Amino acid sequence: MTEHKPMIEMCNVSKHFGSVIALSDISLKVHSGEVMCLLGDNGAGKSTLIKTLSGVHKPTHGEMLLDGKPVRFKSPAYALDAGIATVFQDLAMIPLMSITRNFFMGREPTVGWGPMKRIDWKYADRIAKQEMAKIGIDVRDPGQAVGTLSGGERQCVAIARAVYFGAKVLILDEPTSALGVKQASVVLRYIAKARADGLAVIFITHNVHHAYPVANAFTLLKRGGSLGSFRKEEITREEVLNMMAGGAELESLDAELAEFQRSDQQQSQVA
Amino acid sequence: MNSTPSPEANNPAGGQQDERLRKLPFWKRALSRPEFGALAGTILVLAFFLVVASGTGMFTPSGIVVFLEVAAQLGIIATAAALLMIGGEFDLSIGSMIGLAGVLIAIPVVQYGWPMWMAILLAFSCAGLVGWANGYLVNRTGLPSFIVTLAFLFILRGLAIGISRLLTGRTQIGGVQDHIPGDWLASLFSGEVGTGLFNWMASHGWIGTNFAGNPAVTGIPVSIVWWLGLTALATWILLFTPYGNWIFASGGDANAARNSGVPVRRVKVSLFMFTALSATVFACLQVMDTGSADTLRGMLKELEAIIAVVIGGALLTGGYGSAIGAALGALIFGMVQMGIFYTGVNTDWFKVFLGVMLLVAVLFNNFMRKKALEAK
Ligand SMILES: Nc1ncnc2c1ncn2[C@@H]1O[C@H](COP(=O)(O)OP(=O)(O)OP(=O)(O)O)[C@@H](O)[C@H]1O
Ligand SMILES: [Mg+2]
Repeated sequence: MTEHKPMIEMCNVSKHFGSVIALSDISLKVHSGEVMCLLGDNGAGKSTLIKTLSGVHKPTHGEMLLDGKPVRFKSPAYALDAGIATVFQDLAMIPLMSITRNFFMGREPTVGWGPMKRIDWKYADRIAKQEMAKIGIDVRDPGQAVGTLSGGERQCVAIARAVYFGAKVLILDEPTSALGVKQASVVLRYIAKARADGLAVIFITHNVHHAYPVANAFTLLKRGGSLGSFRKEEITREEVLNMMAGGAELESLDAELAEFQRSDQQQSQVA
Repeated sequence: MNSTPSPEANNPAGGQQDERLRKLPFWKRALSRPEFGALAGTILVLAFFLVVASGTGMFTPSGIVVFLEVAAQLGIIATAAALLMIGGEFDLSIGSMIGLAGVLIAIPVVQYGWPMWMAILLAFSCAGLVGWANGYLVNRTGLPSFIVTLAFLFILRGLAIGISRLLTGRTQIGGVQDHIPGDWLASLFSGEVGTGLFNWMASHGWIGTNFAGNPAVTGIPVSIVWWLGLTALATWILLFTPYGNWIFASGGDANAARNSGVPVRRVKVSLFMFTALSATVFACLQVMDTGSADTLRGMLKELEAIIAVVIGGALLTGGYGSAIGAALGALIFGMVQMGIFYTGVNTDWFKVFLGVMLLVAVLFNNFMRKKALEAK
């Protein structure tokens, strides 16, 4: 890496929820212009980790550094102000509110001053439509309630919003889980572009075809602990797949499916 | 785009008009506004009494002012209750706050000779504190605001009675009117606006005059001005300010709002303070109007405010509603209350009417909201 100090760093961070130890002793570094892919099973603690980074949770132990300076976010608003934008797994959207209202929630553009200071709806609508078009969704009407969008469209609003507001760090928690092939590839291109623009990107996915092409490094979580970070040069796609899902499980699944297929064929021959 | 081709999608992609977007007629878009139901209701109720109460004096200039004044009083607290409900919370302590605020104004003035403005400021400060406490407790404990403010319903009513018994030995404090004239702050809550205009209109014969030659309506009561002003302010906030967007977001999904950088706690505290302050405006108007305070004032007002807000199209679960709707809800309320009085129906039936209307409004709003989501 060209930069000396990492853009974002976690040092021995732990997070406890009462008796539940969701994260234990996690250390992680992401430089600017780098994509870190977080891998791990369901319940491994990936979302908890990125929620700690984005100010939703406060770490129980350990500290976090942004651009070399220690930070402690009181709420997600502070993380956003510091330039960390996040697409949460649950998207953090309000169904009854319009696309534009959701897009600029907490970050409303205003015109005028004093008591006449008001939201610049024209500008906001235009930007929301434009950013959605960039991601490949042609918004019919930016005043449409988000609750009436399709799941993938909703995910795109959240991604477009984070990309638009992310200044230093972009965090994406399974952003492609509901997306079509075209939109998923746009998101991957976004990630590549954010990387080129010098952002530090943290990307969670269960899909190796999404993870491998854009990632510079992988960190594997298991049951709240880290099994280590690997640079892309050190590891092949198959090894990543093995780490993600347990390759052995997939192989046995393949065998089982082949078995199903055989019996299907036999039945159709009998009939 | 992998949208399925539809028969009317003749123009290929790249055309200006999106083929998936039907142009909706104006009335259909109007249907999707939260206040539509209330507007329809207002017209219905108005038409009803125009027929039934014609010739009773309800729709003479002074009759109109009377029912508008009833609507205005309720509308003042309903506006604040609407913002709070859109923000996802309730305030059941509004009525008790009205009673307490009245006592806090009357006792210092009558018993201790404070100037009026000082007593009014005291009442507003205490209200701000009560609102803050409501909001703080809801935020801190995560308890439903229903429970927290229910506790304050009793606490504040008890305080009103306790304080006034302790300091004056009575539960009613009269004699406030002698202290109103000349007080700069009290003048904001008493009297009428535009008396000159109304005199002038009467002299041109545009409005009737009574036997003494004075205009039948001498001016617009300040309560109506407060009502319209607060409704306009709340509408401005909701539709055009970042804070308004935060209110919708906090009520729609507090967690998602917080994660998107909305200061949900601050929003909620400020909304609770706004309801308590609006209750104090109500109390000021009432004390100036009657010249007295009574510890039992404002009873059930919190529920009436909620009724007005719900008739106005707000969702009880938060995140949806309108201040104009709440104003229309209050207007319906005022018209029904005075209409029943004018038509000579036994006023015992008012509450039955009110309950039925609430039910109809909620059913109608539900129906409309489903239609609206389809229409989009
Ligand atoms: N607020 C909370 N209170 C208690 N336990 C929690 C809380 N949040 C998360 N956990 C626990 O922490 C563990 C990790 O959860 P997390 O959501 O981080 O998993 P994940 O790796 O994102 O899984 P997935 O791939 O399914 O999204 C889970 O066992 C979960 O039950
Ligand atoms: Mg997760």
